[in-house]
Amino acid sequence: MKYVDEFRDGELAKNIAAHIARETAPQTVYRLMEFCGGHTHAISRYGLADLLPANVRLIHGPGCPVCVLPVGRVDQAIRLATKLGVILCTYADTMRVPASAKLTLMRAKAAGADVRMIYSTQDALKIARDNPAREVVFLAIGFETTTPPTAVAVKQAQAEGISNFSILCNHVLTPPAMHAILTVAGGVALDGFIGPAHVSTVIGSEPYEVFARDYAKPVVIAGFEPLDVLQAILMLIRQINEGRAAVENEFTRAVTRQGNIKAQALVSEVFELRDFFEWRGLGTLPLSALKLRAEFADFNAESKFNCDYLPVQDHKACECAAILRGEKAPQQCKIFGTVCTPENPVGSCMVSSEGACAAHYSFGRFRETTI
Amino acid sequence: MSYTRALDLTHGRIEMSHGSGGRAMAHLISGLFASAFDNPYLAQGNDGAVLPKPAGRLVMSTDSHVVSPLFFAGGDIGCLSVHGTINDVAMMGAVPLYLSAAFILEEGFLFADLKRIVDSMAKAACEAGVPVVTGDTKVVEQGKGDGVFITTTAVGVVADGVDLSGDRARPGDKILLSGTIGDHGMAVMSQRENLNFDAAIVSDTAALHTLVQAMLASGADLRVLRDPTRGGLATTLNEIAQQSGVGMLLNEALIPVNPTVAAACEFLGLDPLYVANEGKLIAICAPCDADRLLAVMRAHPLGAQAALIGEIIEDAHGFVQMSTCLGGRRMVDWLAGEQLPRIC
Repeated sequence: MKYVDEFRDGELAKNIAAHIARETAPQTVYRLMEFCGGHTHAISRYGLADLLPANVRLIHGPGCPVCVLPVGRVDQAIRLATKLGVILCTYADTMRVPASAKLTLMRAKAAGADVRMIYSTQDALKIARDNPAREVVFLAIGFETTTPPTAVAVKQAQAEGISNFSILCNHVLTPPAMHAILTVAGGVALDGFIGPAHVSTVIGSEPYEVFARDYAKPVVIAGFEPLDVLQAILMLIRQINEGRAAVENEFTRAVTRQGNIKAQALVSEVFELRDFFEWRGLGTLPLSALKLRAEFADFNAESKFNCDYLPVQDHKACECAAILRGEKAPQQCKIFGTVCTPENPVGSCMVSSEGACAAHYSFGRFRETTI
Repeated sequence: MSYTRALDLTHGRIEMSHGSGGRAMAHLISGLFASAFDNPYLAQGNDGAVLPKPAGRLVMSTDSHVVSPLFFAGGDIGCLSVHGTINDVAMMGAVPLYLSAAFILEEGFLFADLKRIVDSMAKAACEAGVPVVTGDTKVVEQGKGDGVFITTTAVGVVADGVDLSGDRARPGDKILLSGTIGDHGMAVMSQRENLNFDAAIVSDTAALHTLVQAMLASGADLRVLRDPTRGGLATTLNEIAQQSGVGMLLNEALIPVNPTVAAACEFLGLDPLYVANEGKLIAICAPCDADRLLAVMRAHPLGAQAALIGEIIEDAHGFVQMSTCLGGRRMVDWLAGEQLPRIC
């Protein structure tokens, strides 16, 4: 596989690991947060922790789309599918996120709701075209990566006059989440960020400059392949050793400083900032999520079906919130691997393969022999 | 029988009457199934087939097949239903002797498609040398089936001294795999999801009993044979680890994956370790016999890409671990739920 295998080369990995081992100062602890679930997955999937010295600590961040979705948002989608009888279209990962009353979209589907797993917003539009007598709602979730395709679908629906299509918009923004991680009271101490890969292809590297400038935190944008992650770790260690804090780009094959201007224009044409949005783990953050602009109000499922967001408390024993803030590791949660497993997730971090708990359970739990 | 018309195999469709036990059903059986599967036991025409008593211990296994789409690159539900059940019997070290086949047909299903499927089954059974000696047909109303469901049962006979079981893996034993993984699952999925790849992915569906017999004939001390179907290699290895109360250590670099399958999995965010196979087997053998067994497997057309992929280790937790291509270590866990594509 060209352009993939090159970034999974074991010999090159050994070489970078040797550099890391040589350049880390033995007395320094390097606390690095990989923001994205994609990085979390790569780190666990390739066992990268085994290639790092003990004083390089990787802390999982909140960048997993389904993980940060609060229970009330999944409830909303389930309500639309069960009470209002819409065809609810969703990306696969969201199907298993636990909601209220022990429901998930998958269980709602088993109980008769019309929930359909799709790969692309175009699939949702097609379902709307094919079912003109039914209302079709797309559960739009994700960071800046998945927002442009939603914008395209909304614009297409408007242009084609597809009036039975709408979206339940839960698109969120990366920089406010990073800001929240750095400013939350009693939050996790960090020495640098492994910056997002796919998100940065859209927003560019510029939005992270504030974290280097104002918070003195180095950020290295890295691709999702294991060598990308290792190289970014080395670049962060070098910055920390030199006392620098800059935004550096390891993922130059895909990310520029400005990002994808066309996609950004498209997104701002269709969406505007929400005043507030509740995140799982990070709480209610100002200007951290998107809503449809007034010109596209007809495609807003929340207003179309009068289906408001109702906040719901997380499960009491679930530590997803602290894990999403990087304050706890999955194995520090009392119900990890016992009550909460991928087959029976209690919190969202145990659902997606990008979730910190699912990644640790599936790939790393052999390291703790007590489980 | 002048009152009957020939089955319209071009445009005709299954009707409720084809499952009612009356003339229409008799007609379907004689016009389609009996001619395709033709053999003396089926020709007895009774409620059950009377079979000669074989020498040795009997092995019996049954499997239901519900694949969608029914036709895919490299096969269809028909040959799959023959291979799958033969393989289950073969994994016990047995020589498969007879098959039964039960069809649940959906009202409105095209005769033309049914004939393609039945012909494919008959060809697969003939090539494997395992006749379909008895069968059954039921029809369900439209919307209550997915075209056709096929359940097959195979009976085989296993020689004395052959004792294969999932609980026999021991620390030090070697783990062998007969070829590339994920071909069947991705062949089916690529057609299901309308994904287009430059190079077609073809299902590996095949009957493995001749490969198994060659492996047994080698005299190698075989402990476990199992075909990694649903849930893929990862799930099957976990089953064995649990049954035997051992751990495993795999080497990722040694597990063969067809590059097109790897690319398709990459594209969908799937892991080939969890994708289904229908013509592959895992063999666990005594360490001293591994090289010899591997050579025998590679000499067989269905084992040409066989590889030694790891070994059994002591582990009370029954964890399957893997050295990754990057030099780290990870677990290869049971499949949780259904394998779903990732978002980004």
